Amino acid sequence: MKERGFKLDWLLLPCLGSIAVLLLWWLSSNTWSKELPDPMKTWNSSKIYVLEPFAKRGELDQGILRFTVLSLSLVLKGYVIALILGTPLGFCIGLSKTFAKAFDPLCQVLRPVSPLAWLPLGMVLFLGAGKNASELAAVFTIAICSMWPTVLNTAAGVRAIPQDYLNVAKVLKLSRSQTLRKVLLPAALPYMFTGFRLSLGIAWLVIVAAEMLTGRPGVGGFLWQEYNALIYEHIILCILTIGIVGFVLDRLMSLVENRLKFA
Amino acid sequence: MPFLHLKAVSKGFDSLRGRTEVLKDINLEIERGEFVAIVGYSGAGKTTLINLIAGLTRPDSGQITLNDLEIEAPGPDRGMVFQNYSLLPWLSVYENVRLAVDQLFPNWSESKKHQHTEVNIARVNLTQATQKKPGELSGGMRQRVSLARALSMDPQILLLDEPLGALDALTQATMQDEISRIWQESNKTVVLITNDVDEGIYLADRIIPLSSGPAATLGPSIPIDIPRPRNRKLLSFDPAFKKARQQVIEFLLESNKHRPTSITRKMTLPDIEPEDLSQPRPMIGGRKTPIRKREMHRETIETGM
Repeated sequence: MKERGFKLDWLLLPCLGSIAVLLLWWLSSNTWSKELPDPMKTWNSSKIYVLEPFAKRGELDQGILRFTVLSLSLVLKGYVIALILGTPLGFCIGLSKTFAKAFDPLCQVLRPVSPLAWLPLGMVLFLGAGKNASELAAVFTIAICSMWPTVLNTAAGVRAIPQDYLNVAKVLKLSRSQTLRKVLLPAALPYMFTGFRLSLGIAWLVIVAAEMLTGRPGVGGFLWQEYNALIYEHIILCILTIGIVGFVLDRLMSLVENRLKFA
Repeated sequence: MPFLHLKAVSKGFDSLRGRTEVLKDINLEIERGEFVAIVGYSGAGKTTLINLIAGLTRPDSGQITLNDLEIEAPGPDRGMVFQNYSLLPWLSVYENVRLAVDQLFPNWSESKKHQHTEVNIARVNLTQATQKKPGELSGGMRQRVSLARALSMDPQILLLDEPLGALDALTQATMQDEISRIWQESNKTVVLITNDVDEGIYLADRIIPLSSGPAATLGPSIPIDIPRPRNRKLLSFDPAFKKARQQVIEFLLESNKHRPTSITRKMTLPDIEPEDLSQPRPMIGGRKTPIRKREMHRETIETGM
C-alpha cells in the first residue's frame, strides 16, 4: 500500500515545489514588487514565443526555440574549441611533471576569471575582423571560460591511471602512440567526460553574458533587449528557457558519461 | 649456462628515512623448463625481485640474463601475471588477450590471430566468458584471463607474481591445479612468487626461500622430489613434502629472528596550557581558546629478540 503511494513521488513532489514557488512569485508581484509581472501575465505575454517557437518576426523578435538554436550554435563553436585545446593540454599536464609545474599555476589563475572580464579582451583581440568581431569575441570567451574543467579533469584522469595499466603497456612493448590510444585514452575517458560535462555547463552559462554584451540575437541577447524595452515578462521567459536547456544538456551529457564508466 | 641467471643482484629504494636495501646479493640460476617457486614474507621484496626479472625495474648492481642476453627493459618474452590481474577494464576478455596477440604477431593473418586468442582463452577454461568485461568476472576468472594473456604471448618464461594471493582458499586450490596442468602442457619455464609454502611445494620443482627484509637474500634451493601428477590429498603425508616444508619454514623463521626490528613513529603531542578559571571570561565573542603549543616527538622502540 505504502509503496504504491510513493511511486508518484518523482512527479508529485517537484510539482508541489513548483506550485509553492509560483505562489511566492504571485504574492511578490502583487505586494512589494509591483513591477514584477505575475505568472499569468508572463504567460499571456510570452505564449506567442512559446507556441510559435520557430517564428521569425524580426532580428530580435523570434520564437524562443529559434533563439535557443542560435545560442546553442554559438555555444557549440566555443565548446568544440575548448575541447580541442583543453584535452591535449590536460593530457600534457597529467603526463609530465615539468609541464604541470609550468602551466598548472597559470590554469589556476585564469580559471576563476569571469566571462565579463574576458569578453572585452576578445573584442580587442578580434578588432581587425570587422563585422565578425563580436561573434569571434563571443566564441573566444566561451572557449576560454569553459576550457578549465576539461583541462583539470583530463589531467586528474591521466594522473589517476594505475601503474598496472602502464606496466601492461611496457610488457607488451606498446609504442608511445599505441599506449596513448589503447591505454591512456580509454583509462582517462570517464574523468575526461566529467570534465566535458562541466565544461558544457559553463559554456552555456557564458552565452548569456556574451550575447548581452555583443547584442547578438539569441536567448541572452533577447533577454537584454527586452529589459531595455521594459518588457519584463520576457526576462522571465528567457531565464526559464536558459535553465531548461542547461538542464537538458547536462542530462544528455551524464547519460553518455554513465555509459563510459567501468567497474 | 643457465637459462635465467641472476648474478649478485642488489636493489634499494630511497625513502624518507634514507636508503633502504630491499634485495642484497641475489644469486639465482634457473634451467629451461624448470618450475621454481620463491617464498617469503610479505614485504620482503618478492615483488621487487620479479619486477627485476621482468625488467620493470633495473638492479642497482649485479646482472640478470635470460638466454645469455641481459635484461634491460620489459618485454613480451617474459610473460608476467600480476598480483592484481592488471586487466584493462574497458576491454572484454577476448580483447584483453587479443591486444597482446595483435602486438606480438602483427604479421599473422586475421583468422590465425583470432584462433590463437580463442585457443589461449580455452586453455584457461574461459570460453563461455569470452565477451565479458573484467568487472563482471570473479577474482579467479580475472586471474585466468591474465594467465591467458601471458600465455598468448608465447613467452620464454612465465613470471607469476603472487597470482593467487587475492583469491579465497577454494579458488586457490583450483587455480593451482590449473597452473600445474598448463605448465605440464606447455613445458615453459616458470618463476612463481608466493607467500604460501604449501602452494610453492605443490607446484614447483624447486623452492627457494627469500629471507625477510631489509636486504633480503635467497636461501638454499630446496629440490622437491615428488613425482607428478601430484596428489593434493596425499601430499601432506609425503615425507618429501614434510621435509621440504620444514626446511623452508626453518629458514624463514631463522631469517626473521636475527632481524633487528624497530618501529619509529612520529608523534604530535598537544601541549595545552591550563586555563585560569579565576580570570573573568568575555561573555560575548565566546570562549577564550586555551593556548596550545605543539611538540613533535620521535620515538623508537626496539623489538628485536
